[in-house]
Amino acid sequence: MLYARLIASRLFKAVIVLFMIIILNFFLIQLAPGDPAAILAGEAGATDEAFLRQLRERFGLDQPLYVQLWRYVSGVATLDFGYSYRQQMPVLDLILARLPATLLLTGTAFVLSLVLGIVAGSLAAARVKKPSGSLIMALALLFYATPLFWVALMSVVVFSVYLDWLPAYGLYTVGAGHTGLALVLDVGKHLILPATTLALFFMAIYTRMTRASMLEASQQDFVKTARAKGLKNSVIQRRHILRNALLPIITLAGLQAGQMVGGAILTETVFAWPGIGRLMFEALQQRDYNLLLGIFFFSAALVIVFNIITDLVYRLADPRIKEGS
Amino acid sequence: MNFLARFAQNRGALIGLIILMSIILMAILAPLIFPESPWRMVQRPFLPPLEQEGFLLGTDTMGRNVASGLMHGAWVSLLIGLVSTTVALAIGVPLGAIAGYYGGLIDDALMRFTEFFQTIPNFALAIVLVAIMQPSVTSIVLAIALVSWPPVARLVRAEFMSLRHREYVEAARLVGQGDLTIILRQILPNTLSPIIVLASLMVATAILLESALSFLGLGDPNVMSWGYMIGAARTVIRQAWWLSFFPGVAILLTVLSLNLVGEGLDDALNPKLARERQ
Repeated sequence: MLYARLIASRLFKAVIVLFMIIILNFFLIQLAPGDPAAILAGEAGATDEAFLRQLRERFGLDQPLYVQLWRYVSGVATLDFGYSYRQQMPVLDLILARLPATLLLTGTAFVLSLVLGIVAGSLAAARVKKPSGSLIMALALLFYATPLFWVALMSVVVFSVYLDWLPAYGLYTVGAGHTGLALVLDVGKHLILPATTLALFFMAIYTRMTRASMLEASQQDFVKTARAKGLKNSVIQRRHILRNALLPIITLAGLQAGQMVGGAILTETVFAWPGIGRLMFEALQQRDYNLLLGIFFFSAALVIVFNIITDLVYRLADPRIKEGS
Repeated sequence: MNFLARFAQNRGALIGLIILMSIILMAILAPLIFPESPWRMVQRPFLPPLEQEGFLLGTDTMGRNVASGLMHGAWVSLLIGLVSTTVALAIGVPLGAIAGYYGGLIDDALMRFTEFFQTIPNFALAIVLVAIMQPSVTSIVLAIALVSWPPVARLVRAEFMSLRHREYVEAARLVGQGDLTIILRQILPNTLSPIIVLASLMVATAILLESALSFLGLGDPNVMSWGYMIGAARTVIRQAWWLSFFPGVAILLTVLSLNLVGEGLDDALNPKLARERQ
């Protein structure tokens, strides 16, 4: 009951945000250089005038702005994101075809960065003021400051070109005709470089966060009580401090979802990973604004869904949070 | 202990400051050492580093001097980082100040607006904005500013909320100072140190964002930037790794130094917090 109401209120908020993004998208199309009809057709510049007039009528561009806005909003509300004339496919179909690859990549990177970040962060917190703890934090800062696309390129040079250990491009070996387990292993091999690259930056964030959160938790009274009871330090670290320090990290992980989308655009571009990030790069190169805005809307929707999930996980994980707080 | 002494106590911050100073020096000296445009073809393409005198870092796919591009690119990165952060502050500080000072409905409305911008994936929004406004230094600066102001607004709002009922603010109100005067002359000066720390970290993020945009081909076509150099060399990474390697190191060092300086500023401006953290 409590969760049903919570989900309902979060969904209501999400719908409002998505509605605002649709309106933002509409005005961005108006801002774009050239004729909106030409943009919707994916053709900037020289196009047949008769064709443009036909498009203008079809999309209602000869109508007043508020009618256009209404048509646009009701279009997106029925999941009609328009047509990509460059790719000769509806925008929605293009995005849905690319979505699984992106979910696989970001999901793997998310789990990887969270696990490694929490491990590294708790090690650093237990070794505060020791050289090994400082080393972990220095590495985290280094990863945090490194441009993601550059790490991606350098990992191609080292692991793919120089060492020849891992494939650098694509989702699977084209033409190998793998099926079943062989295909899974093949995809897994292709996933290693992109997922690790994407995970490094977020791992740096989670490491810093875990350490700070654990140091804060270790100041609290129940830790003193545990020490007074004579528990072993490793037990206190794991069972008392880490457990309480994990909660803020769940919230933070939700906030990172937007960043993850940005990271996916760059990683997928470098590794030719056939997800919506790569699709965005293609749309960008072809100046396919209609597709670009469709992906933008979809990525925002993904982030919102992820935020709702983390919010629910957070409430499940911490029974102290009651309704209304 | 004064500000400088506290800053100097943080060894990382000192190292960061030295790196940052060298990069600023690079940007200033660029037109003196390489007076020619970094876009000019000056040697055969794909010249590896250390092979020929005068081309320490080799040449790129078009025979342009990599070292020259690197130094001219420093100027672009720093400029875009600084200007876009300034614009982001110009948006975020007033919004946060008004929300925090007045509270109530105004606060609610402004915070919903801020949350909206925080929910949107910011790099994707920046891409869409630059693509639609057409790539130029102005559109890049605007796009970066538009996606990076929300943390400023939130920080300033929180500071204002905690300060607005302090005794010195009530006193100012009693002597008849207007809201604007109280905001600008009484409260804002007391929120400056966390804003400065945040701003130094924002410059670092802005430089990362700019490089990522130019890497994707959304850089200003008239200025040489580090991101562009990496993006242009992406397809020839197998033949010429150095074309992507050196600009990447430059970005890494710049962003790292700004982060170190930011942490140092934090320690120096909030000595009490720094001691608690130790």
